[in-house]
Amino acid sequence: MNRLELSSLTRILRECAGEEEGVDLDGDVLDQYWFELGYDSLAVLQTTGYIEREFGIVLDGEDFDEADTPRRYLDMVNRVLSERAPV
Amino acid sequence: MSTAATATAPAVTGIGVAAPNGLGLKAWWAAVLRGESGIRPLTRFDASPYPVRLAGEVPGFVDEEHVPSRLLQQTDRVTRLSLAAAKEALDDAGADPADLPDYAAGVVTANSAGGFEFGQRELEALWSRGGRHVSAYQSFAWFYAVNSGQISIRHGLRGASGVIVTEQAGGLDATAHARRQIRKGAHLVITGGIDSSLCPWGWAAHLAGGGLSTEPDPARAYLPFDRDASGYVVGEGGAHLVLEDAARARERGARAYGVIAGHGAAFDGPGSGSAGGPAGGASGGAVSSGCRLGAAAEAALADAGIGPGDVDVVFADAAGERTADRREAEALAELFGPRAVPVTAPKSMTGRLAAGGSALDLAAALMALHEQVVPPTTGTSAPADDCPVDLVTGAPRTGLRLRTALVLARGRGGFNSAVVVRAPAA
Repeated sequence: MNRLELSSLTRILRECAGEEEGVDLDGDVLDQYWFELGYDSLAVLQTTGYIEREFGIVLDGEDFDEADTPRRYLDMVNRVLSERAPV
Repeated sequence: MSTAATATAPAVTGIGVAAPNGLGLKAWWAAVLRGESGIRPLTRFDASPYPVRLAGEVPGFVDEEHVPSRLLQQTDRVTRLSLAAAKEALDDAGADPADLPDYAAGVVTANSAGGFEFGQRELEALWSRGGRHVSAYQSFAWFYAVNSGQISIRHGLRGASGVIVTEQAGGLDATAHARRQIRKGAHLVITGGIDSSLCPWGWAAHLAGGGLSTEPDPARAYLPFDRDASGYVVGEGGAHLVLEDAARARERGARAYGVIAGHGAAFDGPGSGSAGGPAGGASGGAVSSGCRLGAAAEAALADAGIGPGDVDVVFADAAGERTADRREAEALAELFGPRAVPVTAPKSMTGRLAAGGSALDLAAALMALHEQVVPPTTGTSAPADDCPVDLVTGAPRTGLRLRTALVLARGRGGFNSAVVVRAPAA
């Protein structure tokens, strides 16, 4: 897989960290902050561990601070995926 | 003197229970009065390769009914049981922490094993797939303090909080610490204890600790004070209590089950033989005068400002091991006189729940005062000749005037604790 889509991210979020009551991950969540979606840093860490294992990549911890919404998080992951040499 | 002490002692206004013979206060108490045991063959894992295959498992607990989705991946069973019992206790008290000033409410729970099953799963992941497969939530999900932490977060209890680790004595010691916080000005504290470690990793620890009964018949495996006592059964669960400043509880019109009137604790000296199990456990024969359960009981009575003659019923630690049972019976006979006060051990229906056990005994003592009935000890039909206690067996005992109960507990490693519970001041 060379790209992480929002639908996959929400599936992984649900699996790794559940879904906050009153939040609909299928809704318009791209530009909401993690804390607005009910996720703390540990939830993002758990999700990141899953994605790293699934995609066989390692993300840079320093990039996390700026990946504070699903859109920015996807950008971060997909940047790493696109830089990966094609198999 | 004692009436004044009772009037100012903090009140228990809510009870939540997760017990092997009943999930929820009502279901559990009804089972206790029926003498219904929750000791059964283990179902949470395949126990067939082990020498002990009985335990007290909390029945009918559906995680999703008690824990929000956000917490499912980050909690062990022990924390799920704990969250459910804490919620029940708060609801039962009719208390909403949101109504209280910030920092006025806290959580002090007891725990002995943390999230053992969660830890086992992550160890499996570590060794079979590598460190990158270990959950980020392992950082706290295994930890003793996790129940206090999750309850605090869930209900917004930001006042003084903590966790007490003194094994079976923990439920009493935590309640005593919660009482200290109330005296320092807290309006409300959730206290008590819940433990759960019924997984192969936990089972290995229980077996290594010694003291477990290898008797395969659930009705014969845990017989406190009986001549055929052969050890104890392990269970999971416990109780949470809502403790409130008595005056404030009265002000808001809360019902009180009773008040926490006194506490005493004492540590066994070297050579007491208590390290191998509940005050004797596997070591059995190592009798000495080191067991200080009686000292804890005396201290609790003194703290409550009462004498032995004021105690109407005793909830015993009830180790289920001959030497330890004899020591407890002798301590009681010395304090009250032989067979002078009704003694009971409803934990004969649940097994020993580590820190949850003494918390559940506190709940039982409060319900006994509230409903004027002493629940029975089951299994044991009559105490052994060398255990001079008036053990309530077979059926609940009624027709007594129950104003004061003494709850005793001994924790692995030499912890002795005693709490005096009294009916609310009229």
